[in-house]
Amino acid sequence: MSLTRQDVEKVALLARLRLSTNELDALTEQLSKVVGYVEQLGELDTEGVAPMAHAVEVTNVFRDDAVQPSLPREQALASAPHHDDACFLVPAVLGD
Amino acid sequence: MSLTELSAAELLQRLRSGEVSATDAAKACLDRIEQVNDRVNAIVRVDRAKVLEDAGKVDQKRAAGQPVGALAGLPVVVKDLLCTQGEPTTCGSRMLRDFSPPYDATAVAKLRSADGVILGKANLDEFAMGGSTESSIFGPTRNPWDTSRVAGGSSGGSAAAVAASLAPLAIGTDTGGSIRQPAGLCGITGLKPTYGRISRYGLIAFASSLDQIGPMAHSAEDCALLLEVLAGHDPRDATSVDRPVPQYRESLITPLKGLKLGVVKDHFGAGLDEEVAAAVERAIDVYRSLGAEIRDVALPHGRYGVATYYVIAPCEASSNLARYEGVHYGYRTDEGQLLAELDAERKQLLAAGDKRAAENLDTALVRMYRKSRSEGFGPEVKRRIMLGTYALSAGYYDAYYVKALKVRRLIRQDFDRAFEQVDLIVGPVTPSTAFKIGEKTNDPLAMYREDLYTVTANLAGIAGIAFPCGQSKAGLPIGVQLQSPPFQEETLLRAAHQFQMATDWHKRRPALEK
Amino acid sequence: MSPYTVIIGLEVHVQLATESKLFCGCSTAFGAAPNTQICPVCLGMPGALPVMNRKAFELSLRTAAAINCQIARFTKWDRKQYYYPDLPKGYQISQYDLPFSHDGWLEISDPKGKFEPKRVGIIRAHLEEDAGKSMHDERAGLADSQIDLNRTGTPLLEIVSQPDMRSPAEAKAFLSELKLLLTYLGVSDCNMQEGSLRVDGNINLHIDTPGGKVATPIVEIKNMNSFRAVERALAYEAERLYEVWQETGQKLGDVPKQTRGWDDAANVTRGQRHKEESSDYRYFPDPDLVPVTVTDAVVEQVLASLGEMPVALRTRLETEFGLSAYDSDVLVNQGRALVDYFLHVATATGDGKLASNWLQQDVLRMLNERNWDIAAFPVTAPALAVLLKKVQAGELITSRAREVLQAMIDTGRSADEVMREKGIEQVDETELVALCQELVAANPKVAEDFKAGKMQAIGSLVGQAKKKNPNVNPGRVRELLIEALGKL
Ligand SMILES: [Zn+2]
Repeated sequence: MSLTRQDVEKVALLARLRLSTNELDALTEQLSKVVGYVEQLGELDTEGVAPMAHAVEVTNVFRDDAVQPSLPREQALASAPHHDDACFLVPAVLGD
Repeated sequence: MSLTELSAAELLQRLRSGEVSATDAAKACLDRIEQVNDRVNAIVRVDRAKVLEDAGKVDQKRAAGQPVGALAGLPVVVKDLLCTQGEPTTCGSRMLRDFSPPYDATAVAKLRSADGVILGKANLDEFAMGGSTESSIFGPTRNPWDTSRVAGGSSGGSAAAVAASLAPLAIGTDTGGSIRQPAGLCGITGLKPTYGRISRYGLIAFASSLDQIGPMAHSAEDCALLLEVLAGHDPRDATSVDRPVPQYRESLITPLKGLKLGVVKDHFGAGLDEEVAAAVERAIDVYRSLGAEIRDVALPHGRYGVATYYVIAPCEASSNLARYEGVHYGYRTDEGQLLAELDAERKQLLAAGDKRAAENLDTALVRMYRKSRSEGFGPEVKRRIMLGTYALSAGYYDAYYVKALKVRRLIRQDFDRAFEQVDLIVGPVTPSTAFKIGEKTNDPLAMYREDLYTVTANLAGIAGIAFPCGQSKAGLPIGVQLQSPPFQEETLLRAAHQFQMATDWHKRRPALEK
Repeated sequence: MSPYTVIIGLEVHVQLATESKLFCGCSTAFGAAPNTQICPVCLGMPGALPVMNRKAFELSLRTAAAINCQIARFTKWDRKQYYYPDLPKGYQISQYDLPFSHDGWLEISDPKGKFEPKRVGIIRAHLEEDAGKSMHDERAGLADSQIDLNRTGTPLLEIVSQPDMRSPAEAKAFLSELKLLLTYLGVSDCNMQEGSLRVDGNINLHIDTPGGKVATPIVEIKNMNSFRAVERALAYEAERLYEVWQETGQKLGDVPKQTRGWDDAANVTRGQRHKEESSDYRYFPDPDLVPVTVTDAVVEQVLASLGEMPVALRTRLETEFGLSAYDSDVLVNQGRALVDYFLHVATATGDGKLASNWLQQDVLRMLNERNWDIAAFPVTAPALAVLLKKVQAGELITSRAREVLQAMIDTGRSADEVMREKGIEQVDETELVALCQELVAANPKVAEDFKAGKMQAIGSLVGQAKKKNPNVNPGRVRELLIEALGKL
């Protein structure tokens, strides 16, 4: 299967990327190639095979409900590109 | 012999005897970095004063007769994908160029508490996505054996640092071969432990279900030393496994007699460079001579490994990298320019009478995300985010992602069956020796196929080790790989060590002097 | 008869009463200064990893069991992916295809009989993390929005009902009953002002037309910040939907599901703007969190530990203590602590109705007046029981007993102490007889009237007796007066 430019544009918005015309062209071709390669998995009969999302067969890992110190606010905000010493700042979020 | 030529075990012995101080060792490495790092670009950040201060503390501890850790005074290079508190941790990306995490990765904390001296941060492919360490903002790492060639990746900086004798020990990470492949291409030893053996806390995620931290060094013995420090359960990583950590060095000397070694015929088929094939065959002969029993085993789904990997890894990556949007940390695009740009676009659309398009223009927030991410990430990272986003999106999820998870199970079952017959599997690490810088940057698929022999271990969660077993006519290192069932790192390290007792490939060093 | 049936389903988000967040050790306490309860994990910093809070999962299990859900033996956590500045990881850890519980029900009824008792189905309940808060000053125009992540990662239980409710009153009853149940379980403080309980509603109409029933498009209502708001918003929306249908004739499936927000001040719902990009959450299993398995033994243990739920308690108050449905509802709705108070008083006095009357008329009134919790009420259940026993024994008349109770509340003293202080004591029978004889002798006019058959004449003598000695029992005085008058 090959991807169209529209597919790639749609995915770019979903992934919050903004691609130049050149990038869009290149990615349309490259992604089509990779997706085409990946489609060989379709050859395999996987009926009844349980998907394996984890590499370890561990279950029921919990921590106790105990409060630990949080970061000092200056430190929590230190890496933020834009803040007002209390909150992270972003361009206006309109509506809700 | 210069201190930097010593293996970690040898240097540790001298540190313990007092013959060499931690400061001496650190200085030797710092000097070496100053001399040759320019040529390999393995290390991206060194804080000389801090290194000497840390080394000095170890010396003081020793002088005061206080107990010291297992690595006391050994310089270690850390891949710039692991968080180091208060020090830049960049992932080789513009996105995190100025990011200093407020905490240490568990592996880094363990290094420090073992009195290891962190020498610097090693170069890598951006966010560990790649097999050549060419995509870093710090520029490509060069192979110390031939600086026109790649060091492999994504832990290329760590591998080259060890190979170029900048440091005796390095920490790398392996998601699809990122420790073993550069180890193979640079002629050093690199171990990818079983998934869950070393805590991932503070390891900046590429593909969480595949990522694993591991030791890189000249020898298996040095890797064993470092693994003993790094391994173990961490309550902060739900996927780290709670089981005892063996004293890996103790069993290294146990002979291999009776060890059953599996060979997969498919691994020696088309696509494998002849010189590589011959070197690996010779390595198998060495094992035969050491008393190992060689048997054929089949991994019938192995050839689907790369396709499976290039679904699962990008899917997880697309999600793991969603957090980089320039709000809480990391790179943010210029906002003034952004607003001006949006305004101009809106005016243009309205002038053209396209009211609908004008209304559907990105909000300032969405555009900020998109621009920040597009400017902050390099091409390979964007490619994988796109691929993963696509494969997880409505309508494709079952066909790609779920399908890949099922094939992943089949790959694991292949290994389980094979390991009923043999203790370890032996084979090549990479299809060929180090390629030229720039050779594969425009052909992602060709680059991805490089991972053929390594990805299956990550998919299955098993352990693997790569170490040198020969050289090409051009003088480039050739590696061999051993793979083991989960939590059999002891056997892996022992088998590699026994090989290294019988050969001297791991002792060879590139001639880097100008 | 309404020309349509209202179909309502609710989605309720309940903040679980844990000390720390779902995946990290940050505090969940409400009201801290912005961004002072965040750490690398809930801030989504590179490399940080989540580890599940055991208590949050246990509280979830309790709740699901109490709303009669099936508990899954295997459950996992998924990432729900979308971009919003109050969601620092770019995904919310939630549950998609294998929630830990599903297919339950909650019984609702209305003691005033506004609707028939019914079971509202529960589709599923799942555990997820909360997002942070975005604040924007609307007046400021282009100014930045502020992001506070204190709430990020707080454990939430999402409970999704079947569209089984047929009126806003039923929806309100469902929420009241659910809130009561959660309070009984102690799994949440359910404080709507602090966002511990949040409700979204899905509503449409089934309209009777000559051609048969027609379903209108479904609308989702958000921003309903009180139970009253839920009832009003749904009532408003039902009418609005009918008007829209009359205007447009739009049926279910003709237009995409719309989201509207309730404006409490203006008393209307307003459409919320949606971008063209359809939501595609790209759910997939979170590789950082491992699945959870629940054994039969654990489920049994949870069920056994639930205690008596409100529905069962109401029935018990009716059957064991003879209360009316209305009275048992009033008491049970006050919460477990008040019911326990009632149970003690009712058992000690052996008279549930007496206990219920005193609780409703005196205790509850006082709690409301002073804005007290039953735990803060100065008169303990045993102390009230002592007082009521005196009333039962005829040692105290009701009005005097009220006086005593008020004094007990004000001073914190026991009934006996108060009575002693006030000089309230039972009057000796001989003293009483003497008093009555004295009154009869001093009031010949009354005796005459009595003989003439005017029984009410006795009333003035009873009044005089009370004036002379406030401790007398008027009933006994009346009896003795009749006896004395009869002897004349
Ligand atoms: Zn936190």
